[in-house]
Amino acid sequence: MAATVEGKSKRRTPLVDRFLFVVKVLLIGLVTIGFLAFIAQQISPDNWFAKWRNPGATGLSGDQIKGLVISGLSQGVFYGLIALGYSMVYGVLGFINFAHGEVFMVSAYTGYIAANKFAANGMWESNFALCLLIVLLLSVMVSTVTAVLTERIAYRPLRNSPRLIPLITSIGVSFVLQNAVLGIFGPGTQGYPQLPEWLAKQRSILTFEISGIKILVFLVTIVSMTGLWYLVERTKTGKAMRAVAEDKEIASLMGINVNRIIVTTFAVGGAMAGVAGVMFGLLFRAVNPMTGFLPGIKAFTAAVVGGIGNLGGAMSGGLALGSAESIAPQLILEPLGVPGVTQLKDAVAFTVLVMVLLFKPSGLFGERLSQEDRA
Amino acid sequence: MTTLPSSLLLDWKRIFKWGSICAAALLFVSLVGMPIKLDPKSIISPLLSLGYVSLLWLPLIFGYVASSRVVLEGVETRKPGLPDLLTGVLTGTIGGAGLTLLMLGIENFDIRDPLINWSPQLLEVLAFGARDLNSAVWIGIGGALGLVGAGLHLIPENLRRGASYGFFTVLALAIFEPALDDMSEGFRLEWLVELIFEKRGGLKLWPAIILALLIGLISVVTKGKAKNAVAQYREQEKSQKKKTSVVLFGIVAALGIVLPIFMGTYVNSLLANVGIFLLLALGLNIVVGLAGILDLGYVAFFAVGAYTTAVLTSELSPFFAPGMTWVLSLVFVIILAALTGLFIGAPVIRMRGDYLAIVTLGFGEIIRLLFLSDFLKPYFGGAQGILGVPGIDLGVVYISGTDTRGIFYLVLFFCAIAVYVSWRLQASRLGRSWMAIREDEQVAEAMGINTVNSKLMAFVVGAVLASFAGAIMAARVGSVFPNSFMILISIVILVVVIVGGMGSIPGVFVGAFVLIGVLGGPKQPGLLQEFGSLKLLVYGMLLVYMMLQKPEGLVPSARRTQELHQEEFLQDAWLKGTDDEDEEQTVAGEEAQI
Repeated sequence: MAATVEGKSKRRTPLVDRFLFVVKVLLIGLVTIGFLAFIAQQISPDNWFAKWRNPGATGLSGDQIKGLVISGLSQGVFYGLIALGYSMVYGVLGFINFAHGEVFMVSAYTGYIAANKFAANGMWESNFALCLLIVLLLSVMVSTVTAVLTERIAYRPLRNSPRLIPLITSIGVSFVLQNAVLGIFGPGTQGYPQLPEWLAKQRSILTFEISGIKILVFLVTIVSMTGLWYLVERTKTGKAMRAVAEDKEIASLMGINVNRIIVTTFAVGGAMAGVAGVMFGLLFRAVNPMTGFLPGIKAFTAAVVGGIGNLGGAMSGGLALGSAESIAPQLILEPLGVPGVTQLKDAVAFTVLVMVLLFKPSGLFGERLSQEDRA
Repeated sequence: MTTLPSSLLLDWKRIFKWGSICAAALLFVSLVGMPIKLDPKSIISPLLSLGYVSLLWLPLIFGYVASSRVVLEGVETRKPGLPDLLTGVLTGTIGGAGLTLLMLGIENFDIRDPLINWSPQLLEVLAFGARDLNSAVWIGIGGALGLVGAGLHLIPENLRRGASYGFFTVLALAIFEPALDDMSEGFRLEWLVELIFEKRGGLKLWPAIILALLIGLISVVTKGKAKNAVAQYREQEKSQKKKTSVVLFGIVAALGIVLPIFMGTYVNSLLANVGIFLLLALGLNIVVGLAGILDLGYVAFFAVGAYTTAVLTSELSPFFAPGMTWVLSLVFVIILAALTGLFIGAPVIRMRGDYLAIVTLGFGEIIRLLFLSDFLKPYFGGAQGILGVPGIDLGVVYISGTDTRGIFYLVLFFCAIAVYVSWRLQASRLGRSWMAIREDEQVAEAMGINTVNSKLMAFVVGAVLASFAGAIMAARVGSVFPNSFMILISIVILVVVIVGGMGSIPGVFVGAFVLIGVLGGPKQPGLLQEFGSLKLLVYGMLLVYMMLQKPEGLVPSARRTQELHQEEFLQDAWLKGTDDEDEEQTVAGEEAQI
């Protein structure tokens, strides 16, 4: 009797799985065709395959592609930096801190206020490096404090509640932060002051045309990533963090102050988002109360793409997502004859999320979570 | 048994802690701009406006909180007395001092550049409109309010309830003033409104005092009777309970049908707004409340409903314009919404709960971006949307989008359907399997529930209900634009469901009426139009507060409460010595019998 039941269930694939199979095939098919059409159009725009869906195909020049890669990577750096916070908090507490994008926004706002104050009394031009350092430190401090405060007020009382409760709370926190900033500083988009000439100038490195500020963004990111790596892998606090992520109870039995480690995690995540916030402000020179929403969600996507709980994965996931969202519209959608492809940037990012979760739910580089969180 | 030392020593640390939190809260409220924005809404004219209420309640509450003490089992607490009053006063004083400092700051420094509310306007409001008021007055006000707050511990509970009822009556009357104004015309009761309310808004002083005293007195006299009635209703036999419910339902239905005839445009359109959100919230309640699937992209189904209706009925639809009637198009709306539910549900159904939330949010955004994009512009009109959606021709009557009463009846009808569907589903096999999945998916699966199909059904039912709301919305507004379907709406609906109580139909009603009716939807004004963009801040705070203090909502469903407070229930059972036969296990037992 039991055997027949087993045999029956083995033979039948649920309808959902068949549907998902079709979806997967379609997605892969579209991506492949788009990519092949792109190659065809690069070889010769007059090719029939290139003309098939997109009669106006012209192909991209090498410089254009390089430009897309650079702008994608510089977007991706932000996703990566924010994703670190998501990843760390998810690793330690097992919930998505939806409000993390708002921490990033708060830092960008602090940076805007401080930078404009410096610009008003002329220091921004005369002594840029010092100003930038102060602005950076200040913003990182504010965002760290914001992250720690949200943990203290909103998340700590919910430590042992069902999983979705802290997630819903964090949605509320994100709403509060957005609208508090909107109420206090006004709804408009605020501008950062002009960058000095030597920083805004285009430079050419290894045949890549890249503006000075982007170089600065990459440098700062590398420095902060190195700092984070040192903290997590080489210090006692980092060891404690990894232990707490693995098993909170056992960690506390080993004499680790779990509460303090959780606060540290939020602080470090907040600091990373703080660095990202100022850099974002300097690069795009505009910030409004909704700035944090989309980068926040996409950073979560990046964390999932790289494998949540995995810090190197978060950064590479961010870079991958940034480049995908910058290149894929031109590379895959345009050859498929989709008009106005740049509008679909955000849709591409979410499609990447769905695809990663469909094909490899543990992310490209594997999750690093404790057993219970993986369920 | 030990007694706490009954010395007069004050707990300075506690006072300082609550005092500074109070000051921070007051500063936050002021700088966010609540006093300025809410000042035009007067409650007792010309003494008290909502702007001042937003400030004054804080010292009161913090005085109350700071002077309350933790009651431990087995420890005799001493009677509240002078030290508690002093604690309250000092807490309020520190809070008030915060505002004094703020006033001094505004007078002497100009940092209006980043802080838009650091303005002479705020100063004027804080100085009660007087030019040369000593800012130290707030220290006194804070202290006095803290004293009142602490004093609430001293008076008997009965009186305390009476006072709060009296206060809330006045507040509610002031909030409902526009609605009452509008309804009085239908009932020929203008004289009553004129008796209570001032022409330019707000209650008159004496009627306010009399009403507050009256209601307070009634609540003191009839103490607990309302609660007893509810308890009695709960204890009734099943058949009798059903009878009472039928009578109650009949009364509500009759009121719903008769009242709109007497109501003006304002109340009808307000209620139609509430109804549309209620419909959405009832749908989300099935997905989140019953099945426990946190769907943050719920607005997608709303959009599908609205766009399908618009394409099928509007003559101006850019690509395909069959010009159907609304009723016929509804059939296609249902089919398409169900398909979208399946399409969005299928890929996410096996994901972890939190991943699912983000992915559905992504889907909600993708659908809006697609409607907005040039890619689908030939079909859906891009950012210009689809115009010229006609009204609803029911054969007998024609309801145009501007006919507020007709729209209200329509919304009422669909809400009734939604309530019936969710009520019947709750107790059905499917509903019970949803609840089992919500509690523990693996156990549910082990019990033989087909979790995948059940969850997909939750998506489909929720999607269809939301698409009704979309269809009504399209006909009502006469056009659809992609930007009416922001993620914001999903979150507002989520707040409605959570504030009301997840999984509880009466709760969803309460949530929709309180939040959408009073504060308003994302773009729809409510009774308190003055809130403007601040209402989203209030929504966020409510969401956090509810999650921290009352995750089961205002009108909780019994089973959900037990799930959320599982540990406390188990503890209670353990204290009573009935650790084997506790409530939790009976619930689990019920569910296992599906």
